[in-house]
Amino acid sequence: MKNINQIKKPKPAYVILTLSIATILIIAISLFTGRYPQAGISSPAAILTDNLALKILWIIRIPRILSALLIGAVLASSGYVFQMLFANPLVEPGFLGVSQGAAFGAAGSILLFGYIPILTQISSAVFAVIGLILSFSLASKFHFGGWILRLILAGIAVSALFSSGLGLLKYIADPMNELQDITFWLLGGLWDADWNSFLSILFVCLISLIILYLYRWRINVLSMNDRSAHAAGISPKIEKRLLLITATIGTAAAISVSGLVGWVGLIVPHLARKLVGSDSRFALPVSMILGALYLLICDTFGRALFAGELPLGILTSIGGALLFIILLSSRKSLGKTV
Amino acid sequence: MTETIFNLEKIEYTYQDSAKKVLHDISLDIPKSVITALLGPNGSGKTTLMDILLGWKKTNTGRVLVKGKDLSSYSRRERSKLISLVPQNEPLQFAFTLLDYVLFGRAPYIPQLGIPGKKDIEIAFAALETVGLQELHGRSITSLSGGERQLIMLARSLAQQPEILLLDEPTSSLDPGNTEKVLDILNELGNSGLTIIFSTHDPSAAAQIANYIVMLRRGKIYRADKSNYLLTSENLTNLYGANLKVTHVGESIIIYRD
Repeated sequence: MKNINQIKKPKPAYVILTLSIATILIIAISLFTGRYPQAGISSPAAILTDNLALKILWIIRIPRILSALLIGAVLASSGYVFQMLFANPLVEPGFLGVSQGAAFGAAGSILLFGYIPILTQISSAVFAVIGLILSFSLASKFHFGGWILRLILAGIAVSALFSSGLGLLKYIADPMNELQDITFWLLGGLWDADWNSFLSILFVCLISLIILYLYRWRINVLSMNDRSAHAAGISPKIEKRLLLITATIGTAAAISVSGLVGWVGLIVPHLARKLVGSDSRFALPVSMILGALYLLICDTFGRALFAGELPLGILTSIGGALLFIILLSSRKSLGKTV
Repeated sequence: MTETIFNLEKIEYTYQDSAKKVLHDISLDIPKSVITALLGPNGSGKTTLMDILLGWKKTNTGRVLVKGKDLSSYSRRERSKLISLVPQNEPLQFAFTLLDYVLFGRAPYIPQLGIPGKKDIEIAFAALETVGLQELHGRSITSLSGGERQLIMLARSLAQQPEILLLDEPTSSLDPGNTEKVLDILNELGNSGLTIIFSTHDPSAAAQIANYIVMLRRGKIYRADKSNYLLTSENLTNLYGANLKVTHVGESIIIYRD
């Protein structure tokens, strides 16, 4: 008979440590990667002795790296929470009308005022939150299924409405001006990230990350169906709603700066569970670190590979799709590992 | 009969989106520290009654007393330390280890933003031992067989350290071997003084372990009494609308279709 003391402990601490070291390394590489003072990776000495290079580092690269880390962590952890609470490994954080709402808001702002980063950011954040509010309001009016199913259906309906609105805006946009800006925003990217945009989302994103982290064990229990969660002394409706709103507002803030960056919230939680198992005490923080790392790697490649930037959303999608195929093809497929 | 733990007074229940009354005028006392079976055919209202005992569904009229106190007056934590549920089935979507999953049962004892401590792990491990799955504690719940799934849900509910254990059709999807295993464990738990209430449409399962039986038919109580008084050919035939016979062989009761 096995004794309680013989219980094999998981080793998430090693995974977290390894990922943290990897993140620090990638931050270091990213700091010295760019087009100045030379294309590719410059030596620290070359940058530290060049005033212009130091200015670029401080004004452009550092806020951009911090933005990538923050946005990656928020998108991945929000996706993780969505998957757990909906008990569905294929949902992602922009699900409740948030992504399409943000896209509509950004496109509307570009069409009305031209591409002014701060206005686009505010408009996309506002419409992302409107998407969330509409999804919850519609769900309360639907007369079909349980509240989770109603929320999913409402999210689909709201996303479709914003999506058609976005289509209309793109149709009437000037192909030589606004349409290009809209298309670039929709492809996602951090080329406009600076200290102002970073600081504007820092508070909301940090609050979102902290709340989700504090709930990390409770999220396990909330992955059960509502009746079982109720029997375990939890109010699933109240707590799930709180966590969904927290995750979605974090996502809205993040994509208001980055534009639509797909796949991070979908694939990173799977990787995290693959590394440390399904216990959210470990899988959630690992998702945060992994999301930050993934977005930073993609962004560094995006700005260093070619003279012109490659949109971030393209790279996250390529990487995400490849990882998705690998996960599905591996012996332990998604159904077994999630 | 011994002391009662549940007292139901004139309970009625109608679904919000339907005019159909599911439970009619249920008044019932459920004894403490014995095994009670809610027995009836499909659609007789067993699961709804179970949900009302759990506080998951609110009655339209009447009240439910637990240990003499209105169920709705208990806080969520108090209620879940008193009553736990083994559902009929639960989609196990994520590959938690058995121990992680059983730890969910410790939720009423862990602060909202807390994580399980050493004592919680010890209690969860003991619950795994009770159902005989301690050797598999590190395995994924998604790899379990149907019988093991029923046992792991039972372990999770036991980790809640309840005074009352509710089980919704615990043997309905099990083969005879696993049915026997689950009923044996429930029998042992019943003998240890735990109040067990389980719903079933299988009179043989009720005959095997229940001391007290509540027969439900079309949302009404048809009979409620000690099992040896109730399990008769006449009662079962009337309850199910099928010609059922009951024979006693030693201490065993055999139920068969005529």
